[in-house]
Amino acid sequence: MNPLVPLPLLIPLAAAFLLGLLNKRCPRWFADSIAILAASATGVVSLILMHESALRPIVYWYGAWTPRSGIALGVDFYVDPFSAGLAAFVCLLALASFIFSLHYFDSVGNLFHVLMLGFIAAMCGFSLSGDLFNLFVYFELMSVAAFALCGYKTEEPSTQQGAINFAVLNTIGAFLALLGLGMFYARTGALNLAQIGRTLGHDSGVLVVTSFVFVMCGLLVKAAAFPFHFWLADAHAVAPTPVCVLFSGIMVELGVYAVARVYWSLMDGALAPHRSALTGVLLVVGTMTALLGACMCFAQRHIKRLLAFSTISHTGLLIIGFALLKPGALAGAALYLIGHGAAKGALFLVAGILLHRCGSIDEAHLYGRGRKMPWTGAVFVLGGFGLVGLIPFGTFAGEHAIEFIAERNHQGWLDIVFFLAVTITAAAVFRVYARVFLGRGTRLSSGARLKTVDERRETSGPHNHVPAVMFLPAFALGLLAIAAGCIPGETHAVLTAACAFADHAGYQARVLEGAFLPIQAVASEHAPLLSSVLRSLGATLAAIALAVFAISPAWDRGRIYSRPFARSMAFIRRLHSGRVGDYVAYFAFGVAAIGIALAFLIAS
Amino acid sequence: MSLLPYIVAVWLFLVGLYGIVTSRNFIHLVMCLAILQSSTYVFLLAVGYRIGAGPPVFANVPVGTPAVDPVVQALLLTDIVVEATVVALLLSFAVQVHRNTATLDPEKVVELEG
Amino acid sequence: MNRRVRRWFFLICACAIFGLFVSAVRQMPTFGHYRGPYGDILNRETVYERHITDVVTAVNFDWRGIDTLGEESILFLSVIGTLVLLRKPSSEVNDSHDENDTADKRKGREIPLPSAATRVATLGLVGPLVVFGLYIVAHGHLTPGGGFQGGVILATAPLLVYLAGDLKSFKRIANHETVQIGEALGLLGFLILGLPGMIRGGAYLRNVLPLGTSGHVFSGGMIAPINVCTGVAVSAGLVAVTYVFLEHTLETRLRGRR
Repeated sequence: MNPLVPLPLLIPLAAAFLLGLLNKRCPRWFADSIAILAASATGVVSLILMHESALRPIVYWYGAWTPRSGIALGVDFYVDPFSAGLAAFVCLLALASFIFSLHYFDSVGNLFHVLMLGFIAAMCGFSLSGDLFNLFVYFELMSVAAFALCGYKTEEPSTQQGAINFAVLNTIGAFLALLGLGMFYARTGALNLAQIGRTLGHDSGVLVVTSFVFVMCGLLVKAAAFPFHFWLADAHAVAPTPVCVLFSGIMVELGVYAVARVYWSLMDGALAPHRSALTGVLLVVGTMTALLGACMCFAQRHIKRLLAFSTISHTGLLIIGFALLKPGALAGAALYLIGHGAAKGALFLVAGILLHRCGSIDEAHLYGRGRKMPWTGAVFVLGGFGLVGLIPFGTFAGEHAIEFIAERNHQGWLDIVFFLAVTITAAAVFRVYARVFLGRGTRLSSGARLKTVDERRETSGPHNHVPAVMFLPAFALGLLAIAAGCIPGETHAVLTAACAFADHAGYQARVLEGAFLPIQAVASEHAPLLSSVLRSLGATLAAIALAVFAISPAWDRGRIYSRPFARSMAFIRRLHSGRVGDYVAYFAFGVAAIGIALAFLIAS
Repeated sequence: MSLLPYIVAVWLFLVGLYGIVTSRNFIHLVMCLAILQSSTYVFLLAVGYRIGAGPPVFANVPVGTPAVDPVVQALLLTDIVVEATVVALLLSFAVQVHRNTATLDPEKVVELEG
Repeated sequence: MNRRVRRWFFLICACAIFGLFVSAVRQMPTFGHYRGPYGDILNRETVYERHITDVVTAVNFDWRGIDTLGEESILFLSVIGTLVLLRKPSSEVNDSHDENDTADKRKGREIPLPSAATRVATLGLVGPLVVFGLYIVAHGHLTPGGGFQGGVILATAPLLVYLAGDLKSFKRIANHETVQIGEALGLLGFLILGLPGMIRGGAYLRNVLPLGTSGHVFSGGMIAPINVCTGVAVSAGLVAVTYVFLEHTLETRLRGRR
């Protein structure tokens, strides 16, 4: 078996244990270099795996327990370009945040590195695992590391609130998924994804549907889908900035990825006749997430919280990409994930630079204070263009592919959802840019209507310049957001990988029989590019226009006339009450609504 | 009555959720979460149970003696460790909340909203 | 939402989830009739394949050993996490916690000193508990038990010392540094024990040791050493977590004693 496969899990874990062992006995530079080395090595291994699995997915059985007569005895890692690519992307973002945080947290020894390395290992394992319970283990490993990282800045009272909301919601989600796993196990007597899928066959009884709903809702909590998304903004607002890069850039998206993995490997046979039901339910979820996130994003002035809501919105778009249940849309979602993750990472790093330079993260306090940082501002705008999906960016390629499939499946209205979501979120970013980096437009009153959240500096040392180690990772991620859409032949390769990903029977044969099934190259259809280009340019112009309108005096005057709009906005904002009890009630509502809707649609 | 163990499990899950929804104290909230988690213990063990079968230990009985499912028990061990760790982390958040705000009431510790 | 609305809203949703769940489990195999096949195959194969008599341990450390590695890492990260979260804030000087303490004292809520009976009972239990914990760890592959269970038992020994009021000894035993080294070493040991299988051409965590005779202490190949590593990691981890939580109380109490 290919000895590289367990390494994306083992390298970061070993580095974490080693640093835990040395703890305070090793100097800071040593911990930094071990962490950076481990992240790069893991990234390189993942890239090699991605390359090797491009023609044929690799199945790796721990303890060499290969299946006997088609029954899985152990735990497997399933490496295909998607899973290995995600692991590589995890490492890339982690590398950026390690470099960015070279100046960070001088007081706390090396425990930050230990937690980050454990987090990386968990996310790599989560992308590669092919076993439902193993997936749960990494889900929890990821959560535990993320909770601790989120509560890292212990001195601010808001930190605990954000971290508790995050921890409670995610833990409940995980245990709901575990109940679902138990139900699958009772039905099939298997834990391997391929094996469960094979045993289920075409059974779409209420037991199977409910088990799937439980597992899916558990994962959707991680993916911050409506109405499970409430924890995300609170957690992001309080987490250290380099951690936010990983939260927003990849952790949340891994939730969507896992839903896709579980669906295609496990449920595609059972739900094949009822795809439209699942599509319908998920489209509603995705659309609500995208639009609600966008509105909330525009209403924020705490920059990290604003970016967090934009993540919710874009995750909604990813869910839409998956909900169409077509390989083409899946490929689009994969491209979108990379493009968005890089752009969002760059944006968060710029927020971190602002916090470092100015000691604030509030749009009102920062008015005009970024004027001396033109390059940093340029990266911020670059991120904004990434969010809106301007033509060469990775997000453009993804959106283009998803919309093409949507139109072909008579879901043309999704274009409007995409347009609204990307326009509003990008407009919020442009508005912040204009106020902070250009010093233009109306000043926000630091009045009481919006509650300000103070945030202390996360860095020590002089604050009068932007260190290169902070600027370069942001800049590199901004460039990556463009590059993700420009690699020649990329679209076709991703589409091929997506077809293999969505090959339910092929997955089972590869895992359980070790069948030698090369990935079939797919003829890609050429979607009409021109309309997409026009749409992307239109969205960009609309976003800029909205941002200009928002900083003009007319905006404040307009608010008085549009009562119903203001009132509904106030209602939406009240929903995000910050109380964990409310959030858990919404969670119960989400599970009940999704479960009943799906069970009803499938039974009828 | 063959559904009873499963109903106990979901009852524990929902009662735990109810406790979290209505909780006025973080320590109470964490304990409710622990109750919620224990629903999965009941459920998993119930799934693997077999009437009249022995434990999956073949030290004194020959292989082939009817035994209950070992897999769910192994999963359970993992599950318990996960629960303990999450509870430990949440309790340390509670300690910090108390340190910073001198209250444990989730309704009073609202810094982030809207 | 105000609290009443929230409660009713939740109760309605909970009823819906309950209904969904009940209609689903009606299609499950009847309680007490586990159908297999996974567990039955492992019950049948474990003794032949691994010469181990406790199948649960075999599932944990061999068939699904990678789950356990992940789960040990969860424990490790949560220990690190509590250390990070409960670290003393830099702004806080040593004694600000005494305020709470004196407030308690004023209300007459002092922590009482342990009685002689408590001391005798708890300290007397420490020795047997340690032996019992070691036994459980070492025989995990033969009878129910193993690294987790034994580790938890071992971790209670220092707590008994704490209960007996011997705070100085407790502090010496449960000191961060030593415990953390123990935990990290246990985990590194587990991780490294998996490597030989990979190097010898198989897969990670594949057995490379002789299997021995089933029923003997030296049997089961890699499972026994991995079990020991887990035992070390679990006991150290739990001691570390409890120590972090008790640290503040411990320090004020030690200071009061002087």
